[in-house]
Amino acid sequence: MMRQYRLTILTVLFFVLVVGLSWTGTLSSYVQLVLMFVGVNIMMSSSLNLVNGYMGEFSCGHAGFMAVGAYTASLVSVWCFTAGSVFGPNLLPPAWAVVLFPFILLLGSLVAALAGLLVAIPSFRTRGDYLAIITLAVNYIVKSAIENIQPIGGARGFMGMARVVNGMKEVADIPWMMIWTWIFVFLTVLLIKRFVSSTYGKGIIAIREDEIAAEIMGVNTRRAKMVAFMLSSGLAGLAGGLFAHILGYINPGSFGIMKSTEALVMVYLGGMGSLSGSVLSAVLFTLLLEILRPLQLYKWVVVPFILILLMLFRTEGLLGHRELTDVLPGLKRIFGAREEVHAAL
Amino acid sequence: MPLFEVRGLTHFFGGLKAVSDFNLTSDGGELMGLIGPNGAGKTTVFNLVCGVYHPSHGEVRIEGRNLGRLYPHQVTAMGIARTFQNIRLWPEMTVLDNVRVCHNYRLGYRFLDTIFQTSRYRTSEKGIGRMAREVLEIMGLWDQAQELAKNLPYGLQRKVEIARALILRPKLLLLDEPSAGMNLGEKEALIGLIRWIRKEFNLTIWLIEHEMRVVMNLCERIQVLDFGQTIAQGTPEEIQGNPRVVEAYLGKEID
Repeated sequence: MMRQYRLTILTVLFFVLVVGLSWTGTLSSYVQLVLMFVGVNIMMSSSLNLVNGYMGEFSCGHAGFMAVGAYTASLVSVWCFTAGSVFGPNLLPPAWAVVLFPFILLLGSLVAALAGLLVAIPSFRTRGDYLAIITLAVNYIVKSAIENIQPIGGARGFMGMARVVNGMKEVADIPWMMIWTWIFVFLTVLLIKRFVSSTYGKGIIAIREDEIAAEIMGVNTRRAKMVAFMLSSGLAGLAGGLFAHILGYINPGSFGIMKSTEALVMVYLGGMGSLSGSVLSAVLFTLLLEILRPLQLYKWVVVPFILILLMLFRTEGLLGHRELTDVLPGLKRIFGAREEVHAAL
Repeated sequence: MPLFEVRGLTHFFGGLKAVSDFNLTSDGGELMGLIGPNGAGKTTVFNLVCGVYHPSHGEVRIEGRNLGRLYPHQVTAMGIARTFQNIRLWPEMTVLDNVRVCHNYRLGYRFLDTIFQTSRYRTSEKGIGRMAREVLEIMGLWDQAQELAKNLPYGLQRKVEIARALILRPKLLLLDEPSAGMNLGEKEALIGLIRWIRKEFNLTIWLIEHEMRVVMNLCERIQVLDFGQTIAQGTPEEIQGNPRVVEAYLGKEID
């Protein structure tokens, strides 16, 4: 019976270790920053995998939704908790951020999910390459729109989130961003895992396999697509909100096609339709980019080259449609991955 | 009130009249056949009934309710299920999941229930698992339940398609060339299976078939299509003796 809790225990241990070591200052602030980016990237890749891997559509504008979440969450938190030139005096005492911060992130996520409708609704009529173009267009629309709204900084970017985080630190001096990042990472992965293993979520996989058959066999494909796109963009928005508060400064330029491509690379590196693959590849990719940092600009020659090699010799990605427990059955013995409901029959 | 009624069904593809004035009434419990040469419009009729296309004219009613412009999944919910001419299983999913997904239109829980795994979700999923197992056991597919659908031999894939249609608990089951690609032995077994399914599930079955042995053996009533027109209908004996049918299949003799 203990076996099925091992994974939970390990997760909690990891969380305590990361947060603890950040708190005591054992981890340098650079390492902390990388760890938080690992978390954000896990959220980006696993949420994109929902659309590209599980549903089989090709979304290449994931950063657009990240931007919506990042800007919404940043604007609300700066408006509420800091006094500044944009919004005037703070609406609420800065200390309240301690409680309200996660809700602000969720608000950003909600708005990003609504932005997901921009892709979800066209997806009823088009698919494949044509839908990919639409996602690309949505990415550009979001980026250009933000660039042209001068009151929030336009192309110069928007800042002030660092003061919100500092306000939280004044209440209790703990690594707030590290805590919230990893809490939301675990929630994201759990949420996607639960969704895709339900009969509801398997409808989305059926759409990938044969959309017409899915529709005729009782899957409401329109609703399923809407749920998938909104969930995916909502989680990207959540990642965006965290990203903005980790950095303390955002500008529209950082949510361009480059960022979307990074998310795509992580999905294909890990393997389509593999949640553990997405997590694994986000970790590897983020660390690889940091390790290769001394190469400076040549990093962007080496990393794509590695990608070409991967696509040539392992087209399906590291895991490809399988989970880590399928590739290494030993893990199943150790962690006793809880079988799905039907196995109990 | 008839169980199933098609009245004046007509469909155009651009300027081409693919189906013209198709009529059919069934009080249920029958085994009906739809035959005709290639390109006669048989599959189009099925697609019109399932809501894949919406007819240019005419209507389809099941239990008196007009299907109108419903989406296919809504038609399914009203009690019409089908199989496909060329197998359309979800290849990368297990046989069990292939069957389970067909519960999607009557889940009994909503999106948020999957996230929080509420008791409603768990009860519903357990029920789905039980029903899926039941159907797979009846069809003799339980041993393959965890296999990916694409790894199954052809004959078994056909059976999975029928299992998938059965779990939709249809009142009317449409089979689009169920014996296509089967050998003689498999065809014999299929005839037995279809008869047995009708009795066991108390279904009305309507099938498209090219294999005359299967049609004449199974069907109580046959309708023949040629270029979208109904050229004959009646019992197998009547059809076999009908000169227009022979002409449509074999061509006209030159005097």
